Amino acid sequence: MQLARVIGDIVVTRKDDNLTGIKLMVLQPIAADGSNVGRTLVAVDAVGAGVGETVFFVRGKEASFPFHPTEVPTDAGIVGIVDHWDLD
Amino acid sequence: MILARIVGTVVATRKDPRLVSNKLLVARPMDPHGKSEGNYLVAVDTVDAGVGETVLIVSGSSARMASGMKDCPVDAAVVGIVDAVEVAAGD
Repeated sequence: MQLARVIGDIVVTRKDDNLTGIKLMVLQPIAADGSNVGRTLVAVDAVGAGVGETVFFVRGKEASFPFHPTEVPTDAGIVGIVDHWDLD
Repeated sequence: MILARIVGTVVATRKDPRLVSNKLLVARPMDPHGKSEGNYLVAVDTVDAGVGETVLIVSGSSARMASGMKDCPVDAAVVGIVDAVEVAAGD
């Protein structure tokens, strides 16, 4: 899983039936110091995250598991909202 | 998933039988502001997307979870046509 900041959302009217009712957010992956790393991506939201929040997300087919048994066609999904993190 | 713009179509006569009657599109990934980035890719279309549209593409084994793609040899599928992208100020 990876840390990311939610930087936006997207509106998609015509989509796969199994994506209906699922929120799609734009994520910017971040490093441990909060700086941006890598490309932005779109992820399904399983936890009710909002723009500006720091979250962690999972990549791959596992991103659809929170919606089981619906087979949501996604390769990225937000699975937690980060309250804070500490580094030694 | 990534945002991409459809820039063309692919015609392939000889192909895997499970790809028959699936539309193949050439897509260029882009960032949320519309700037192109990365390499072109070929994606199978499941939502009737057309050239010039902004779409949502799912990659990897998850592409097989798109409608009608079960057990098909694909690793990228168009699963949505994007109406609007809203990005917070400063991002």
